[in-house]
Amino acid sequence: MTLFSLALDVAHVGLTVAVAPLLTGWVRWVKARLTLRRGPSPFQPYRDLRRLLRKDIVLADSVSWVFIATPFVLFAIMALAACLVPTFTPSLALAPTSDLITLVALLGLARFMLALAGMDAGTSFGGLGSSREMLIATLAEPAMLMVVFSVALMAHTTALPNVALFVLAHPPVFHISLVLALSALVLVALAENARIPIDNPTTHLELTMVHEAMILEYTGPHLALIEAAAMIKLTLYVALIACLFAPWGMATDLSDARVVALGIGTYLGKLAVAGTALAVFETGIAKMRVFRYPEFLGTALLMGLLAIVFLYVNQVVS
Amino acid sequence: MIFALPLEPATLADIAQALSVGVMLCGFWMLLQRRLVNVVRTYAAQAFLLALAAAWQAYVQDERQLLTTAVIILVAKALIVPAVLNRIIVKLDLRRSVATSVGFGRGLVGAMGLVGFSMLLVFPVTTTSGALTRETLAMALSVVFLGFWMIITRNRAISQVIALMALENGVLLAVVGVKGMPLVVEMITAVLVLLTFMVFGIFFFHIRTRFDSLDVRNLERVHIIPWLRSS
Amino acid sequence: MVGVPALVALTLLLAGLGGVGLVAIALGRFPGVARCAVYGLSAALCAAMAGIAGVFLLDPASDTQTLELPFGIPTVGAHLRLDPLSAFFLMLIGGIGALCSIYGESYGRHDSEPLRILPFYPVFLAGMGLVTLADDVFVFLLAWELMSLASWLMVLGGKRDGITLQAAYLYLLMAMGGTLALVGAFALMSSESESYVFSTFRAQTFPSLTASAVIVLTVIGAGAKAGFVPLHVWLPRAHPVAPSHVSALMSGVMTKIALYGLIRVGFDLVGLPEGWWGGLLLVVGGVTAVAGLLYAMVQTDLKETLAYSTIKNVGIIAIGLGLALAFRAYGLHVLAGVALIAALFHILNHALFKSLLFLGAGAVVQATGTRNIEQMGGLGRRMPATAAFFFIGSVAISALPPFNGFVSEWLTFQALLGGVALPVWTLRLATPVVAALVALSAALAAMAFVRLYGVVFLGRPRDPAAARARDVGIGMLGPMAILAGACLVLGIVPLGGLVVLRPVMIELLPRSGAALAASDVLTLVPLAASGSAYSGVLLVGVLLVLGLGALGVVRVLAGRACVRRGPAWDCGFPSDDPSAQYSAASFAQPVRRVLGGLVFGIRDVVTMPPPGSMRAAVHKVTLDDRLWKGLYARLGWGVHRLAVEADRARQMTIRHYLMIMFGLTLALLFLVAVTA
Repeated sequence: MTLFSLALDVAHVGLTVAVAPLLTGWVRWVKARLTLRRGPSPFQPYRDLRRLLRKDIVLADSVSWVFIATPFVLFAIMALAACLVPTFTPSLALAPTSDLITLVALLGLARFMLALAGMDAGTSFGGLGSSREMLIATLAEPAMLMVVFSVALMAHTTALPNVALFVLAHPPVFHISLVLALSALVLVALAENARIPIDNPTTHLELTMVHEAMILEYTGPHLALIEAAAMIKLTLYVALIACLFAPWGMATDLSDARVVALGIGTYLGKLAVAGTALAVFETGIAKMRVFRYPEFLGTALLMGLLAIVFLYVNQVVS
Repeated sequence: MIFALPLEPATLADIAQALSVGVMLCGFWMLLQRRLVNVVRTYAAQAFLLALAAAWQAYVQDERQLLTTAVIILVAKALIVPAVLNRIIVKLDLRRSVATSVGFGRGLVGAMGLVGFSMLLVFPVTTTSGALTRETLAMALSVVFLGFWMIITRNRAISQVIALMALENGVLLAVVGVKGMPLVVEMITAVLVLLTFMVFGIFFFHIRTRFDSLDVRNLERVHIIPWLRSS
Repeated sequence: MVGVPALVALTLLLAGLGGVGLVAIALGRFPGVARCAVYGLSAALCAAMAGIAGVFLLDPASDTQTLELPFGIPTVGAHLRLDPLSAFFLMLIGGIGALCSIYGESYGRHDSEPLRILPFYPVFLAGMGLVTLADDVFVFLLAWELMSLASWLMVLGGKRDGITLQAAYLYLLMAMGGTLALVGAFALMSSESESYVFSTFRAQTFPSLTASAVIVLTVIGAGAKAGFVPLHVWLPRAHPVAPSHVSALMSGVMTKIALYGLIRVGFDLVGLPEGWWGGLLLVVGGVTAVAGLLYAMVQTDLKETLAYSTIKNVGIIAIGLGLALAFRAYGLHVLAGVALIAALFHILNHALFKSLLFLGAGAVVQATGTRNIEQMGGLGRRMPATAAFFFIGSVAISALPPFNGFVSEWLTFQALLGGVALPVWTLRLATPVVAALVALSAALAAMAFVRLYGVVFLGRPRDPAAARARDVGIGMLGPMAILAGACLVLGIVPLGGLVVLRPVMIELLPRSGAALAASDVLTLVPLAASGSAYSGVLLVGVLLVLGLGALGVVRVLAGRACVRRGPAWDCGFPSDDPSAQYSAASFAQPVRRVLGGLVFGIRDVVTMPPPGSMRAAVHKVTLDDRLWKGLYARLGWGVHRLAVEADRARQMTIRHYLMIMFGLTLALLFLVAVTA
């Protein structure tokens, strides 16, 4: 690992972490505009995080070390995951050390910790959130794995930079497997990021919340870290979708500053487009009942399976 | 070619594939709808995609006949039938639930199993045909299976009729997707289904007037030969 | 050091373990001394066994050793053999056995009737060891039964109550049934090769039908012991009622010995596999993996939940083995190697973390006096060390990085991704479905262990006994610490497991040398061509740097902020009543409702009183195990009917008996007349 590639990795993580609150703010702003409100500025999340970081911490009497460690673990995992997903360039130093399955498992570890933290204070809402979060994960994980499977079948690897390079090396094609895998991944991403129709990121009505219920007892800097982690996770999923299905614009030649600038520019552009699409989608749809999640994610699973089957068929014949 | 688009042969096949998968997914989504109105909407979408598939095949196979089929499907199945069904729904006030006999979860698992099964059935026996034919056949068989599954898992006669027509969409998909299938076959199926539709229409109004409900479970309670018991 | 004597030394150690059982009986009058002697000697002998086996496995110069002893069947004798496969399993038995023995010494201190366990414990260990060394049918079955019966006696020795008796009875029935299937499998091979010795089986090529029948019978026989669904019913009943260190051995090691039987027959004795054998194991494994955890989710007994999760892990191992068989059948040797390593690695990992969890559960049970998790809560602050080790075990078993459970499941996924290379449609379509099942089971495992850890160790105590719990002593914490450390080390540096497993792989699949060959201390690389890799060291390193960085940033930015303790907020409606917390049952409710209906017809019925009424609302959960009702209850009913009929035959008059005999004679004569 040379010094340059190390610096590149640091810049890479820094960019994703820095831009994550802006993406969340952007989604909120577009949503506000779509519902004919003025809405807070897209930069509001930065101010919120700064405010939270300065506040005192109140810990519930009954909490153990799990509750205190979780915000840090969560933030570290999301930042680490940001090292693993190529955004503006596929040449990352850390990315070859782990693949897509490891990435999914890392996010699983974050979820595991958060669900435990939800149960730590010994309240009913925390447990409710944890239980539902784990249910969603249970249903989303198989669908996610099907996406991984179909990507691996296409690119013959599960290492993310290699997938990006593979897609870049081939002309853009319209293929049904790609469409199906992409749709499955989008559904999974909505579920994993606690977006409508699975969860409502803005709700504070007790019985409808999942993610918010788990972090109910968090205060001050702890809450800031968890919020930041959630924002990074959203950015991460957008980056992942872009890396797997639309890596165009990524800078493969790092010696040319213009190419790198173009890579960063297209990355930011992709984030903006995805954020707008998410806002439009969320404005147009209502939240689901908890027991309809299986249908939503079951559809994702079916689409993932079909994507694999069609890849099989085409491989055999062609 | 009637007219030539600047597309690669592989892309032509891909679009055909996408359309047949779309028809299948519509059949799947139909099973997930809770409201009859949405079931009818999904059915209309399925018929619309089927019409597109037929039109696309007309272009790919260069068969003008199929274009006629596409128009017929579009007008009859995507416009008229949904409109009639909607009228029945409004008239009989059936807008609410679809009344399933099997839970949605189990219905979903069963449907996924059927889709897998149809592939398992089609792929090994069609190793000599091209990828497109195999996929279209697999999708068509899936649609047929899903239609059957919906008939089995629904209690209301009206859902069963929609399911039957969705099933027929599967047959049509196979007919338009496979090269060289004569038009007669689809004509006959179409007429058959139309007849069934009419029969069911009469049947609806009859069971409705007798039982105040369209639930076919009522029929199970009817003693067809009551005098046998009395004797 | 390892020359000829390795096998001899191991045999002597096993005989010594058998002798320790006699020591226990001899010292019966002094239970304290007997306890120290039995567990001390067992620990020493097991450690020696693990050491010798380990040296044998790691020494590249060591060669397969055989030994013929003059007992057993006359003129045949008893054959023993030490090869990398048996050495690997001996290491497992020795290592886990030694730790469980040390733990048992402290754990058994409060046992009122130690002699109900002590004589059988070393015999159980010796039986398991002997299974791995056996090289003929007689020794194998003898050792197998020794292991079954010794563990059965310990299940029976746990407590004197109806549940224990029932569990032990069921266990005995299933164990006997399983052995019967194994006898059938060996009988088929023996009659074909006209020998009882494994070496002749190896040299023989069996006809396809015989080989397939042998495999099916072995899957039934070994599966009944390992816990394949639907033969698993005894396992979650029998494992928990034994003392915890015995539960750890039964769940962590004995199920693996059952799988050893499957590996020995499937990869070594019957010759080249057929494609569908792998498919059979894939399907059985996939169903087992998911069903085991669905059951685990609805249990409220701490040790029973762990036993059900054992079933899940056995399913994952079966998937790895099935893939290896399938790849081998179609000549994909390198992929077969990856799949086999995945299965063996999971065997190793599961032995480690399941033993850890059972030992942790034993500590919890001893501290609270109950196995019901609904009476626990808040133990994380009362028993911090046990909680920390149980936490490591929970993360590891949920297949999450950076622990060892993730490594083997990751390898299983990598092997499943290779399924596209299989030339048969059914298998090719099966691999993604099985991958989805594995993913589902991994996610369910995470849910089950969030529930277990959350309800037992987090929140507030639900019972006064839990509020008074104290952490256990060093004698019990020590073994847990070692196991937890092993889980972490194998997760970060998987090469440590790989060096032990690769000799086994090379022995069973000689042409798979390229599998995982590109791995080094830093990274695990299953197939050099694919570029997929896992590096635990870097992952953990970067994670630590980032986590500490976040801590530093927060410290700097929040310099003036202070930390206060206060009551939980709970949306402004906190309740002092600890029963207002989310319980184990409520945590499982979504999964019960979404997935439970399919498997065991679970129904949640809530009866609300009408408005204005003061009656309490009633929530009733009914569970209706379809498998038990559909298969076992019917089987039991059939046996009962048969017994009733037989009983009727027993009470007939002499005239009837004579009539039956006369009729039979006539029938036979008729047969003679017709055929002649």
